[in-house]
Amino acid sequence: MWGRDLVSGMAVWLVACAPAAAVSAYVSNEKSNTVSVIDTDSWTVTATIKVGQRPRGIDFTRDGKFVLVAVGDDDTIEVIDAATRQVVDKLPSGPDPELFVQDAAGKVLYVANENDNTVTIIDLEKRVRTGDVQVGVEPEGMAISPDGKILINTSETTNMAHFIDTATRQIVANVLVDARPRFAEFKRDNSELWVSSEIGGTVSIIDPARRAVTGKITFNIPGLRREAIQPVGIGMTRNGKTAFIALGPANRVAVVDAVSHEVRKYLLVGQRVWHMAFTPDEKYLLVTNGVSNDVSVIDVAAQKVIKSIQVGELPWGITMAQP
Amino acid sequence: MIRWFVGAMAFCALTTAAFAADPIEVRIGYLGRAGIKPTLSLVQQPADNDGVAGARLAIEDNNTTGRFQNQRFSLDEIRLKPQDDPAMAAVSLADRNISFIVADLPAEALLKAADAVKDRGAVLFNAGAPDDSLREADCRGNVIHTAPTRSMLADGVAQYLVWKQWKRWLLVVGSHPEDKLYADALRRAATRFGAKIVQERTFEDTGGARHTDSGVTLIQRQIPVFTQQAPAYDVLVAADESEVFASYLPYRTWDPRPVAGSAGLVPTSWDAAQDQWGAVQMQNRFLKLNARRMTALDMQAWTAARMIGEAASRTSSGDAKTLLGFLKSPDFSIAAFKGQRLTLRDWNLQLRQPVLLVDGRMVVSVSPQEGFLHQVSELDTLGVDRPETKCKLK
Repeated sequence: MWGRDLVSGMAVWLVACAPAAAVSAYVSNEKSNTVSVIDTDSWTVTATIKVGQRPRGIDFTRDGKFVLVAVGDDDTIEVIDAATRQVVDKLPSGPDPELFVQDAAGKVLYVANENDNTVTIIDLEKRVRTGDVQVGVEPEGMAISPDGKILINTSETTNMAHFIDTATRQIVANVLVDARPRFAEFKRDNSELWVSSEIGGTVSIIDPARRAVTGKITFNIPGLRREAIQPVGIGMTRNGKTAFIALGPANRVAVVDAVSHEVRKYLLVGQRVWHMAFTPDEKYLLVTNGVSNDVSVIDVAAQKVIKSIQVGELPWGITMAQP
Repeated sequence: MIRWFVGAMAFCALTTAAFAADPIEVRIGYLGRAGIKPTLSLVQQPADNDGVAGARLAIEDNNTTGRFQNQRFSLDEIRLKPQDDPAMAAVSLADRNISFIVADLPAEALLKAADAVKDRGAVLFNAGAPDDSLREADCRGNVIHTAPTRSMLADGVAQYLVWKQWKRWLLVVGSHPEDKLYADALRRAATRFGAKIVQERTFEDTGGARHTDSGVTLIQRQIPVFTQQAPAYDVLVAADESEVFASYLPYRTWDPRPVAGSAGLVPTSWDAAQDQWGAVQMQNRFLKLNARRMTALDMQAWTAARMIGEAASRTSSGDAKTLLGFLKSPDFSIAAFKGQRLTLRDWNLQLRQPVLLVDGRMVVSVSPQEGFLHQVSELDTLGVDRPETKCKLK
């Protein structure tokens, strides 16, 4: 009896005191041609990795071993080894890759190439290009449905979300949204697809089954003119209850009730906020502020900005290894 | 036999129509000027396809989008020599069932063309004429303007000069009518934003070639003399749309002063150096299609043809009335790589737009400048605003 208590007590002690595996956030700095590595325990930049020209889209591989970063002006995606923090390889994307998404298994990478109206498909294991899909003008936002069957690409000048069947690689539907769609995000239960329109100033809610816009989130910030409100990055909590939307030159992140679609709050962050990533425990959300060259740390539960961290010039994308 | 054949043909046509819905065809006309206006700088000499090259890119962009909506866009181009009748040219486009015409014409010719096709329900997009009069006393209900006005351009550069605290201007004006109109806009801008024109000088066009074998030596002597004995000033502002003298001014003024207006820091709707807000993609697309860099006129024509494509896409229609209704409605806006949505001023159908300030190599700044506020849109701090307008749309 006593022994048992001791053992369970030991277990508690072990869990409490074992150092949590330090989570690092990787931030692409579009102008510096670097990736900043932020330690999320100390909230400091612990490394700066030199990469190719104009790094933008950035994501961990599913196994957490590598970080992929699209270097648009070098027409490739570089592979950073997360252990050594060195660029170790590059992937054959099309011209000017910007954003990309992986399938759930981490075997296939879909890349939006801004310059030639195509989505490129890359086999991540063999690191070879296996196909292309012709889409609208200036493809950018990329998302994959939770069941892996549908790939979404948004085209910025065509103003559509293209639904691509991942099995046949054919476009099966095109949904018109407001001007300059930048980012797409599915709810984890596949009930909704959200697409942000930077110039239109809205986020469209799309029913993935009907493939139609069922609602729009609009933003109204007293004292700010409508043109300055430019939604880009979207982050949703895993339970599908709360969403955060970066509003660009409005210098704010909107906190949205993801069920009712109502905006609850605006959090003041740095200047020209675009993309974001959660820590794996979802306690914190990190957002990139391009013009103020920093990353704001948001306490998700308290819905408060607790810190800002200086990174390189024009921070663009951000990623963290997810469990 | 023949009757059977005709019958079979008709049957084939019917079945084809039944199986694949006919695409919506949107034909766009382009009325341009023949001949090239000579410039002082060889680098700035416009290409033969200046303007229409932008419209062609927009047709490509519209067709890429149109593939997903079963819409097709095409361009019918007419170039007018000075002796050609713009009214007849516009009517010939209307006769081809063209309801949207992108025009790069001088003000007078533009009005003739617009009035000739008004009863045909055709709309002109003014991509080339900066005249304020076309948006004021001479405004038309069937003319939409994508070119910025002289007053928008003048206000754009004036806001920056005032922000820099370069408030004392030496204004040098050319001797041609359009130079004087630009000078009017610059004077108005100075008054609006608190600059002071300390003196005005006229640079007479005495004729002569723009390119000569010993030009530089001569100009180096002329310009310092022309600009000497001026009252104390911060910046020389030049109004020379006629390409007679402005490009000679930088680095040659008697006093070491910057130049703005028609040379030096130039206000414009677009520049080959513009790379913000996703513009690099646009610049690359244009370069690939036309094997040269994109000019302001190219951009104004691109925007016009894209507006038509956007209206067709949003309304899923090719019907002229439907498209025009959408363009004139509050729902209309267009993204054109300027960092914000562009909309139409409903009182005169002028496209609101930021003004780039360029030096020939870089974009120096973009107006409206911070702090120039407006109750409706900060873009309305550029040009003639609603309370001052003389336009009554018909």
